[in-house]
Amino acid sequence: MSEPIVTIRGLHKRFGDNEVLRGIDLDVAEGEVVCVIGPSGSGKSTLLRCVNLLETPTAGTVGAAGHDMTHLDVDLDAARREIGMVFQHFNLFSHLTILDNVAIAQRRVLGRSKNAAYAEARRRLAEVGVEGKEQARPLQLSGGQQQRVAIARALAMGPKLMLFDEPTSALDPELVGEVLSVMKGLASEGMTMLVVTHEMGFAREVADRVVFLDDGAIVEQGPPAQVLTDPKTERAQSFLHRVLHPAG
Amino acid sequence: MTAQAKTGLTVRQRRRIARAIQYLVAIAVLALVAAFADWGRIAESFLRTDIAAAMFPDVWVAFGNTVAYTLLAFVFGMVVGVPVALMRTSTFAPYRWFATGYVEIFRGLPALLVLFLVGFGVPQAFPGIQYPGGVYGQVALGLGLTSSAYIAESVRAGIQAVPRGQVEAARSLGMSHTRTMITVVLPQAIRIVIPPLTNELVLLTKDSSLVFVLGVTSGTMELTRFARSELTSTANATPLLVGGLLYLLLTVPLSTLARRLEDKEGRK
Repeated sequence: MSEPIVTIRGLHKRFGDNEVLRGIDLDVAEGEVVCVIGPSGSGKSTLLRCVNLLETPTAGTVGAAGHDMTHLDVDLDAARREIGMVFQHFNLFSHLTILDNVAIAQRRVLGRSKNAAYAEARRRLAEVGVEGKEQARPLQLSGGQQQRVAIARALAMGPKLMLFDEPTSALDPELVGEVLSVMKGLASEGMTMLVVTHEMGFAREVADRVVFLDDGAIVEQGPPAQVLTDPKTERAQSFLHRVLHPAG
Repeated sequence: MTAQAKTGLTVRQRRRIARAIQYLVAIAVLALVAAFADWGRIAESFLRTDIAAAMFPDVWVAFGNTVAYTLLAFVFGMVVGVPVALMRTSTFAPYRWFATGYVEIFRGLPALLVLFLVGFGVPQAFPGIQYPGGVYGQVALGLGLTSSAYIAESVRAGIQAVPRGQVEAARSLGMSHTRTMITVVLPQAIRIVIPPLTNELVLLTKDSSLVFVLGVTSGTMELTRFARSELTSTANATPLLVGGLLYLLLTVPLSTLARRLEDKEGRK
């Protein structure tokens, strides 16, 4: 078996007195889709943001895409080129057109020519189903379109790993499907994905493994059928009951 | 007990009466001024067309100098102010300390005092020092130092108004801190700060009148100094009116532009 793409060991993260992550060990294998679920405030997003060092871990080690992220000598910029990230609020560059949003990092970071970057951008935009909007500004697009552009922007860098931080949580319900279907397509092409999500349907259908996080620790993990349908721990049971039966 | 019950008037009636009183006061003041002012004397002091005509074309040199001093100071202010703003937002503490000290000092000192420092203090402390461009170099520095502190504060506010998520997105794509600043943060910050920077240009246009303390010659005189020397030589106030109108020719379009840009920014 090949080396895991993500290797997390003894990860702790503390904000002041608040210990958000209390010792996480997690591996993600190449081509694997791992969904991280759990109550809000459980540390899911912080865990994801520690993978590409948007948050600096308080203790522990993180390896990602072949880079020792927590090593002092790591070239974080070089590492992040190979780790795509999709945010809850899209974070498209609001002063740039859609085409430039997808092309800018290719040009400025990878040093691609304008033509090459635009060609790749158009290809990626077609892949996520946003066409004919190249010259529009981000705010002229729907949330679902913006999020798909954000996915195209990350993919255009040719990442080895994609991180998704609640990619559908800021969307109107009717726009969630279009983003999830792009993500499904990506998973079926063999992309390695670490996904923080509240979409249990997506986790059940697409994930190879579901990780249940509560209070900064991994409480339970395993195949979706097991964790989502027949959780072992009482905490996972009560969380899933609340999520799947919100009215009850 | 409501106001209506107390006075027997509705809110609308009360408002109408208050407005009528204000109009009456204004008309009374204007009538007093018109009755007691010596219009012939005012016209004689401010509206001598022959004196106004005699100021041209020389006044254009002074007008040009006002524009030149303003622009020089503004360019210096930008060149220094933008890096200072970047230093103020730096994660490296000594940069922040330096930038904060710089801004506090040059925003806290009167522009006139800074101009004196540059014009007389520095040459005394460093004998033989030559400002490049002579008086133009002195002005760029003397007015620019003060201006750079204000510009730095405006730009800092603009940088901090750019949402954190924009920076995170750029960094997650592998852009360095500097690259993120240049490619993502500054272009958005500049849009935010164009209205306040335009206002700064208006203030500088007026502050350029302070330059006269440097002891300028007829070739380097700006508008206010020129108008004053005409005032002295003609013993008439008309040159002040002409100078004032020429300032407004610069500042009113700039203020209008700033207001338009603010509206546009507000709508976005």
